[in-house]
Amino acid sequence: MYRSPFNLNIAPAFARHKKLKKMTLDNTELLRFTTAGSVDDGKSTLIGRLLYDSKSIFEDQYEQIATTSSKRGEEGVNLALLTDGLKAEREQGITIDVAYRYFATPKRKFIIADTPGHIQYTRNMVTGASTANVALILIDARHGVVEQTRRHSFIASLLQIPHLIVCVNKMDLVDFSEEAFNKIKDDFQTFSHRLDVKDIDFIPMSALLGDNVVEKSENMDWYGGSTLLYSLENVHIGSDNNFIDCRLPVQTVIRPYNDEYHDYRGYAGRIAGGVWKKGDEVTILPSGFTTKVAKIDSYDGELEEAYPPMSVTMLLEDDIDISRGDMIVRTNNQAEVTQDVEVMLCWFNERPLQPGGKYGIMHTTKEARCMVKDVRYRLDINSLHRDEENKDIKMNDIGRVLLRTTAPLFVDSYRKNRITGSVILIDEQTNETVAAGMVI
Amino acid sequence: MSANYQLNHLRELESESIFVLREVAAQFENPVLLFSGGKDSILMVHLAMKAFHPAKIPFTLLHVDTGHNFQEALDYRDALVEKLGVNLVVGSVQEAIDTGMVREETGFNATRNFLQTAVLLKSLEDGKYDAALGGGRRDEEKARAKERFFSHRDEFGQWDPKNQRPELWNLFNGRKQYGEHFRIFPISNWTELDVWQYLAVENVQLPSLYFAHEREVLHRDGMLLATEGGLIPVRDDEKVEKLMVRCRTIGDITTTGVWRSEAATLEDIIAEVSMARQTERGGRADDKRSETAMEDRKKQGYF
Repeated sequence: MYRSPFNLNIAPAFARHKKLKKMTLDNTELLRFTTAGSVDDGKSTLIGRLLYDSKSIFEDQYEQIATTSSKRGEEGVNLALLTDGLKAEREQGITIDVAYRYFATPKRKFIIADTPGHIQYTRNMVTGASTANVALILIDARHGVVEQTRRHSFIASLLQIPHLIVCVNKMDLVDFSEEAFNKIKDDFQTFSHRLDVKDIDFIPMSALLGDNVVEKSENMDWYGGSTLLYSLENVHIGSDNNFIDCRLPVQTVIRPYNDEYHDYRGYAGRIAGGVWKKGDEVTILPSGFTTKVAKIDSYDGELEEAYPPMSVTMLLEDDIDISRGDMIVRTNNQAEVTQDVEVMLCWFNERPLQPGGKYGIMHTTKEARCMVKDVRYRLDINSLHRDEENKDIKMNDIGRVLLRTTAPLFVDSYRKNRITGSVILIDEQTNETVAAGMVI
Repeated sequence: MSANYQLNHLRELESESIFVLREVAAQFENPVLLFSGGKDSILMVHLAMKAFHPAKIPFTLLHVDTGHNFQEALDYRDALVEKLGVNLVVGSVQEAIDTGMVREETGFNATRNFLQTAVLLKSLEDGKYDAALGGGRRDEEKARAKERFFSHRDEFGQWDPKNQRPELWNLFNGRKQYGEHFRIFPISNWTELDVWQYLAVENVQLPSLYFAHEREVLHRDGMLLATEGGLIPVRDDEKVEKLMVRCRTIGDITTTGVWRSEAATLEDIIAEVSMARQTERGGRADDKRSETAMEDRKKQGYF
């Protein structure tokens, strides 16, 4: 039974509740996607179009951009202004940072990580990509596949975004030509077979006119595929999480210290992998002690099963000393316990990576220190060439690096699990996050 | 197997927020939860309760009281604090005015909203809090769209949009120098509609202000403002009338616009919000002062 803690005794102010009808929320999934493109490929217009045509724009927002458009002497309302940024950015005429935007259809709720496309902002794209289910790669139909396209696609593959949608935009400027579209598609595929992406889709569109964004285009009869919104609503994201390898990094230990829950000792965390049940045999890392799941608890009562990305509280049969940073795994399927971690590293900071340097490292809920033992190579993200001569890793560079940590980490490869396969490095003087790493 | 193992969007948002709240409890020594009595802070408290159940919420509640609050919001706050057995600290704007720490605005549109920032920073300093949880959401306003879950503030409490730490996966770097602190926004990814849907599904009780009721209001600059307590001087050409209204956000009386509404239940509100043609902050006089009002206030240490 539900016990409302907010059942406060100050009537009549709260006597407003009517029994709610069963709400139609069961099928509303959350999909996160990131958008990448180069300057002027119409990314802002595309996002504006998605928001506007899916009726996610409010009147006061619309009025604000209509006023600005006419002030600037533009014809019609410039939907790109909906994603207009901060004053600091407008003054410099650039987008500095990842902006998050939201819209929903009856089928799904969407979170857009809108990342600037400039070459110097690899870090933003990596940030936006780290949690995305889908990446939209924008291509200007007039220019076709350019260096930026390859870079963005590579980052999407490096960050293991499961689905890629290549949006061939500005089709109105190439007379909605099927030939132009096919050429771009072929060009893209000749390099994308080298990438590690499972699912790539191509959509010809005009964000400016709205063709194939939300509404099907009347100008491209030759295109039999779906619109962008339809694809976003229907792409299969059910297997984007790892349901195989049971991993629970412990965030904090819950001990109520009251009479009712005298011996309660719960391990709180967010399931990073696998499907869990009561009675499962588990091992605690790093201690190696083995026990069984006594109960998967939550505020709403005991759970029969737990799976990613649920936040739960795990109770174990035996009293074992477990603290934040430890990891609970299935006994017959454990993460690797190691102090030598080989990663693909994206460098974010103006101060370059120091070979031999020491950094703080965060992995799941565990914090330690690490030393850069070796830089294997620096990757040229445009040519995918591995440079073993010039191995200076500067801001926005990507390289393969060997780290030695002060305490063992419990890792999986990033390909297997995005949560247990990722780390960040922290500058110990400034406390800044200076790099993101994906375990190889 | 996948179909069975998919959380709906509300459960996924809930799980994300609980994760963030637990990170705060684990990474910081003295966190505080900013409670305004509004639905977003009520949601945060509800999520915190779920995150640490069956233990108590490990955060002190801090309310910055402008002295111009709706009585219903204060009653709700006090009842909630008692129910949860948590500690409440009130930062008083009135006291700050009385001691000369801040000076009150004058004129027809005078508000204490801007004085909140100084009182907030003072309260954080006095309590030596190293993290302050806020109910800000990224869908509210464009300056919030780029806000982090863990938002780093310097020793003056200022937000520097150019110097925020990248946030990847679910790794939140809460390290700081002595004297600095973090603002933390566990419900960053919720939209107004998500909040209402979730509060309904969870059967969370809310201050009556959110439901349609009769109230004396006046029209000004396309908004309806409550005349309660005589806090807003009425000009000669303005008329006060009694209308059925409700709040979409709850703040200081002088800046919280109310909306004509017949919504008597959470279901009505959800229906209304799904069809709303104005953002909820469309009724906030504080945001209307300039195009970058929110951005400017955040830089000074506002939420």
